[in-house]
Amino acid sequence: MDLRDTPEEAAFRQEVREFIGQNLPDGSARRGARRFEDADREWSRRLGAAGYAGLTWPKEYGGAGAPYSHQAIFLEELARAEAPSHLGVIGLGMAGPTIMAWGTPEQKERYLSKILMADEIWCQGFSEPDAGSDLAASRTRIEDKGDHFLVNGQKVWSSFAHIADFCILVGLGDPDAPRYKNLTYVIVDMHAPGVEVRPLVQITGQPEFNEIFFTDVKVPKENLLGQVGEGWQVAMTTLLHERGTLGFALAATLDVAVRKLLALAKERNVTDPILRDRVAREWVELQALKYTNYRSLTTLTKTGIPGPEGSASKLVWSENNQRLTKLALEILGSHAHLSDGGGYADGYWQDQQLRSRGNTIEAGTSEILRNIVAERVLGLPRSR
Amino acid sequence: MDFSFSPEQEDLRREARAFLEANPSPSMEQLTELGWVGILRSGDFSFLDAAVIFEELGRVLYDGPYVLNEVAAQPGDDVWSIEIDGFVPHLEKVTRVLTADMQGTGAAGETVATVDESLGLGRLSANGTEPAEGTWEDVRRRLLAALALEAVGIGSRATEMALAYAGGREQFGRKIGSYQAIAHSLVDAYVAVELSRSLAYWAAWSVAEQDEQVDLAVAAAKSQAAEAAVLACEKSIQAHGGIGFTWEHPLHRYYKRALWLEGALGYGREHRAQIADSLLS
Repeated sequence: MDLRDTPEEAAFRQEVREFIGQNLPDGSARRGARRFEDADREWSRRLGAAGYAGLTWPKEYGGAGAPYSHQAIFLEELARAEAPSHLGVIGLGMAGPTIMAWGTPEQKERYLSKILMADEIWCQGFSEPDAGSDLAASRTRIEDKGDHFLVNGQKVWSSFAHIADFCILVGLGDPDAPRYKNLTYVIVDMHAPGVEVRPLVQITGQPEFNEIFFTDVKVPKENLLGQVGEGWQVAMTTLLHERGTLGFALAATLDVAVRKLLALAKERNVTDPILRDRVAREWVELQALKYTNYRSLTTLTKTGIPGPEGSASKLVWSENNQRLTKLALEILGSHAHLSDGGGYADGYWQDQQLRSRGNTIEAGTSEILRNIVAERVLGLPRSR
Repeated sequence: MDFSFSPEQEDLRREARAFLEANPSPSMEQLTELGWVGILRSGDFSFLDAAVIFEELGRVLYDGPYVLNEVAAQPGDDVWSIEIDGFVPHLEKVTRVLTADMQGTGAAGETVATVDESLGLGRLSANGTEPAEGTWEDVRRRLLAALALEAVGIGSRATEMALAYAGGREQFGRKIGSYQAIAHSLVDAYVAVELSRSLAYWAAWSVAEQDEQVDLAVAAAKSQAAEAAVLACEKSIQAHGGIGFTWEHPLHRYYKRALWLEGALGYGREHRAQIADSLLS
């Protein structure tokens, strides 16, 4: 056991820190709500060009083939600098790994490198109004028309759809097939005729995600991932990556939040012992999440499989973030109700607190995640 | 960065678990034979080796002075306990007692009745003292880390008992572990214990390496691990239903030890107050 960086890791950390110092666009740090600006695309390109976008991607797909520890260090350093993450998070974390696992050589050649360079942005078309956690209930029709697929239906909660070039779409391929064998998974060109994106305004007032409407959208046959009817298995690859690689990114964003919370508590000169107790608890919870990720990472590095203790990272992070942001509002006191923060941080905390309510819903609700931990980690009998 | 125990430490864990399952209440003589006594003074082992043993002792609710004797780390053949919050655990099983002013004193005094009946808690009577080796700062760090590790052992065992029970017990024609009300509650116990395990190992490493963050690490680990152990015991008792509430079931003994650990050297809020002072200064 040695919790320090190895000399090689320390050198990489130094290299990343210098890169961020030299390349981070002005004003991108300390921004409140997530926005998708040109500066972010330029920053993403620089990350791609420097080889930081696909650190753990295999070299054959344009990645750096670096160990997972580098990914962790990179994310920690981004957090330390409060730098925005790569715009192509859906491509990097979900579409890319799914294409690597299921894609044809042509698909890999066509899509992967453009994800790294942020030349093409991806979104995810999984959830529907009547198919949220229950993905197998999808009704969006992906009809096999012989020389193409015809897509009709609606998807929701799709981040980045308004700037996306492609969508990983799961839908009903064969309505007569049994559940879990009825789905098909395709890549859809978001610029194709019949694709309409409508922003969905969240409780923060920001339209961070979207609805996507598909009306007689023609999708070429070569855009199929896996086989017709194999969509469920392909989607599980996507979700595994969504949940599996997320831990470090989440701990890094929580690290930023805790730093800001400590700064706020100092600025407001918090002397109330109960508030101080709660501030300290958030710091402790962050260390617990961070070191649990390290444990899981060590297991991943040594065995190729992440340790079971890491499976709850997202569950823990979301609840921590909700508690922490509410605590920040309490520290702000009467200013908590002013949408611009009344002179404190431009309404950052007000925005973050509302945004945090989505944390226990997006990327697997906490209820679904508890089911997964209960069944797959703890070996309890299935609930369904 | 390598956050895992060495193969030798994993061997030690296997050996300790097998031995302690057969001998949950070993004598100091037995522990001496195993080479565990004086482990921190021998120079051949680090605090991480001791950490493995401390956690395993927690799993079996070990009821002797071994942990405190190792944490005190005094020379000679005496068996030591440490005065904690005015009381001395296992007073009648030791020959010397270390106090916070770093004095060693004879183990004379009266034993008091305790909720956790395995503590052997006593009050020292006035006694001749002589200076002990080391500093209280170091003893206190080791003690907080050891208490955290013991709590991790307790919390893990309590959770395992609940999982085994929920996986076997049937009501309304189904295993009760298939009901989300039970399953999710046990997930919360498991997650709390695993998070605190990470803190306890971090604390153990920080003590072993005398890391600059050691005081924050031991405060975080002890407060969180003891609270997680209490939570895990409470959720385990609930999942067991009536049987978990009986004297004959071992759970109440785990619960009472967890409650003792939660208060020993200060409840969580005292440690968090210290953390807040450090972070907000």
